[in-house]
Amino acid sequence: MCSLSKPLRQKIDRTKTINKPAKKPSLPPLNNICDIDTLRTLIKKNKVRIVDVRKKEDYLKGHIKTAVSLPLAELLANDDPESIIAILNKLGISENIPVVIYDDTFGALASRVAWSFKFVGHENVALLEVTYDTWRKLGLEIERKSNKYPKTSHPLKVDYSIFADAEYIEKAQNDKNKIIIDSRERLNFLTEHIPNSKNIPYTMLRSENSILRSPLELKRFIENRGIDSNNEIITYCGSVGTLSGLTFFALKTAGLSNVKLYPKSFKEWKSLGKPKTEFKDATYWDLSAE
Amino acid sequence: MAKSIEYDVLSSSKKKDQDTNEKWGLAEESEYFANKVKLYRQDKLNADEFRRFRLQNGAYGSRLNSEFSMIRIKVPGGDITPSQMEKIASLSESFSIGSAHVSTRQNIQLHWVQLEDVSEVFRGLAEVGLTSREACGNTIRNVMCSHFAGVCPNEPFDTTPHAKAIARFFLRNPICQNLPRKFKFNFSCCAEHGYVRIADVGLVPTIKDGIRGFRIYLGGGLGAASFIGHLLEEFTPESRLLSTSIATIRLYDRLGNRENLARNRMRYLVSEIGWEKFQELLLKERILVEATISIPTKTTFDGFLRSSSKAGDLAINQSTLNSRGKKLPVINSGSSNSPYDRWLNTNVVAQKQPGLYSAYITLGAGDITANQLRVLAECLREFSMEKKARTTPQQNFLIRYIKADQLPKIYNRLSGIGLGNPGANTIVSTVGCSGTTSCNLAITNSHRLAKEIQSKFLELNIDTDHDFVDSTIKISGCPNSCGQHEVATIGFYGGASRIGTSMVPIYTMLFAGSTGESGELGKAVMRVPSKKVIDVVMKIIEIYKKEKTNGEKLNEWIHKVSVGSGTNGVKNMEDMKKILSPIIELPPLTSAPEFYKDYGNDTNFVAKTARGECAA
Ligand code: SF4
Repeated sequence: MCSLSKPLRQKIDRTKTINKPAKKPSLPPLNNICDIDTLRTLIKKNKVRIVDVRKKEDYLKGHIKTAVSLPLAELLANDDPESIIAILNKLGISENIPVVIYDDTFGALASRVAWSFKFVGHENVALLEVTYDTWRKLGLEIERKSNKYPKTSHPLKVDYSIFADAEYIEKAQNDKNKIIIDSRERLNFLTEHIPNSKNIPYTMLRSENSILRSPLELKRFIENRGIDSNNEIITYCGSVGTLSGLTFFALKTAGLSNVKLYPKSFKEWKSLGKPKTEFKDATYWDLSAE
Repeated sequence: MAKSIEYDVLSSSKKKDQDTNEKWGLAEESEYFANKVKLYRQDKLNADEFRRFRLQNGAYGSRLNSEFSMIRIKVPGGDITPSQMEKIASLSESFSIGSAHVSTRQNIQLHWVQLEDVSEVFRGLAEVGLTSREACGNTIRNVMCSHFAGVCPNEPFDTTPHAKAIARFFLRNPICQNLPRKFKFNFSCCAEHGYVRIADVGLVPTIKDGIRGFRIYLGGGLGAASFIGHLLEEFTPESRLLSTSIATIRLYDRLGNRENLARNRMRYLVSEIGWEKFQELLLKERILVEATISIPTKTTFDGFLRSSSKAGDLAINQSTLNSRGKKLPVINSGSSNSPYDRWLNTNVVAQKQPGLYSAYITLGAGDITANQLRVLAECLREFSMEKKARTTPQQNFLIRYIKADQLPKIYNRLSGIGLGNPGANTIVSTVGCSGTTSCNLAITNSHRLAKEIQSKFLELNIDTDHDFVDSTIKISGCPNSCGQHEVATIGFYGGASRIGTSMVPIYTMLFAGSTGESGELGKAVMRVPSKKVIDVVMKIIEIYKKEKTNGEKLNEWIHKVSVGSGTNGVKNMEDMKKILSPIIELPPLTSAPEFYKDYGNDTNFVAKTARGECAA
């Protein structure tokens, strides 16, 4: 709590207004998703670190102005908190700088990286609302030169409130307030899933031109599903937490506060020999047309 | 915060063309459904009440898993626009399994939708005018219309407006919200095309003394027990279409069986009280209806009829039509076997409008992916002068109003995405209901079997052989006939049988069913284990090739055998059975366990079904 006496505080406030009248208020921290206009403003002001998570060779062919390269595989190769912090430092990301992340798929790769940054304590991070492809098609600024920024030393403050492991899931399975969400496609879910989980396929989350639907729509979806802000949600997907990373951000955007990601996901769950729910009473795979 | 993005740069200008979507769906019904689901989940609505509501709105419970639904999207008259296809594509990706499925009654079905998401699908459908309202339940189902209506060289007039006016008049109409059972209207374009003898009301257009009208068939239908419809009277003028329909529905609503679930379709009523009696009651009822029907009601219907006719009017000069009375011919019967020629020979038919053609998209048991739907939508905008398509009862699409010089282009586009398969008007275009892929009542995987047979036929180039034109194979996963096996040249319906100590998936095979005004029901031949069906079909083809007399097509030969007037070695069904018997012998379970399993399943076969919601 603030220990300044009231008159003193007023004095400081007044000083602020008097001394820096021309300066606009600083931008509010990013809120999970960043629209094109905001990013372009941030670029112009040189107040953002943009992270391109596509393959290195794609980055070299062209990327959003000022972006640095962090192929998702590089992060996944070593994703313990210390390694992630080392990456932040190498990319020149300091504690308070806004970070915007994009990919060339539909936001899932970017989500996994953004979640990792949040996990080690970098709060001010968001996904770009469009993919690189859309950005380019819209004729927005791209460049080829590789960007490098001075090394930083980001503090490590692991946020376990957004993290789940197999043990945590097991405990959540029979807790009515905790909802486990499987982000894979419907047929994969029907085939096998973590017992008591519900399926919200990642394909439900995007709109035609944006990696996520509007918050209003997402909100309605989860309301239909009987999920509200009292629930804690844990998301998982097939292997490394990309699809479920996107679900993580979708649910955040929809206004849910308590969302966790199980980054090791179903792959680890199976390798640990944990129980699965399988549905073998129908031959649904034969409905697919390809 | 991200906004909903609409960038002109990202969508081609063509997409901006406004489709003329007729409005069947209502956005508020989506919200209403979402609320009912919530009440049901909170135990404030009992399961039976909810079930009835859900069905009335077009959502079935999925096979042995009530968490999920199948949504049956009505396509009145089979008429569908590009923007509707694109919407279905994106809804299938978001909420279903990334593909959609054309049914034998011209609906489009989305499978395995989470019950709580159904309302979102409804919302999307309403945005493009579509609805699934009354696609299931005890009411008037999708009104079918021949996919050739409007282009058929043999039609006296286009019946599409009539089909749509009937659909429009009865949709949400209290008169039919709680019938004893479902009720089906099928319109044809001529005596040959259309499924008029197997509907509650089947209508064949005709002109008498310059007046438009119909030959109306009543009380037909397929199911565990099937009947062929009866002709009501020689001629029913267009002006009596509404009163005859209302009278039929009122009579059925009053007299139909509400007790016995297995015998409550109108065809049972007709067979119980006898056709003459039913006919008499109906004609009396019609007089009553006509004496009491209000003028506004009639005007409303006429309004529907007029507006549907107008919606169907094209920027094509209809007065240039001069090729009356021709059969729909194939473009050429050349012997070239290039993929394009194969497609041209079996998938393209000439319209009554000179110089214009219709092209079939041959699907596998009605399955089409979201991406394929999008390409199809583009093709409609680019190549079809009416910018629409029709779904067909063979589970295909028909693109109409294509100019001759556009055919190679449209073929290239379609084949590029796997939609260029030939064989649409031959035995290659097999039909299969959902079967165990999603239906609660299914015993066998009819859906997969239909696709297996189609692949086999394509591999063997069966489509290039003129002998197989007009023959059909149709497969149902149980006796309920959604696959319409009884009107196929060779039909199959699924069951289970004990062989030795194990249960085996088995099909009953039928011969010589047909559609059209003189349609007949197939006759049962024998039972065939699921994994022997393809061998049996190949054997039948082999025998036919040996036995056929000059120019006789497969369906003609099979019909001959079915009535006992075959030749040489195969005079009748008994002879047929004798020849086929050795083929259906199963090897011992221990040496060939796969013969005892069904397609798409690696576990031992068990016939599992749940309470039916009548998936027909
Ligand atoms: S009820 Fe029988 S015929 Fe109808 S879809 Fe189901 S399996 Fe097929």
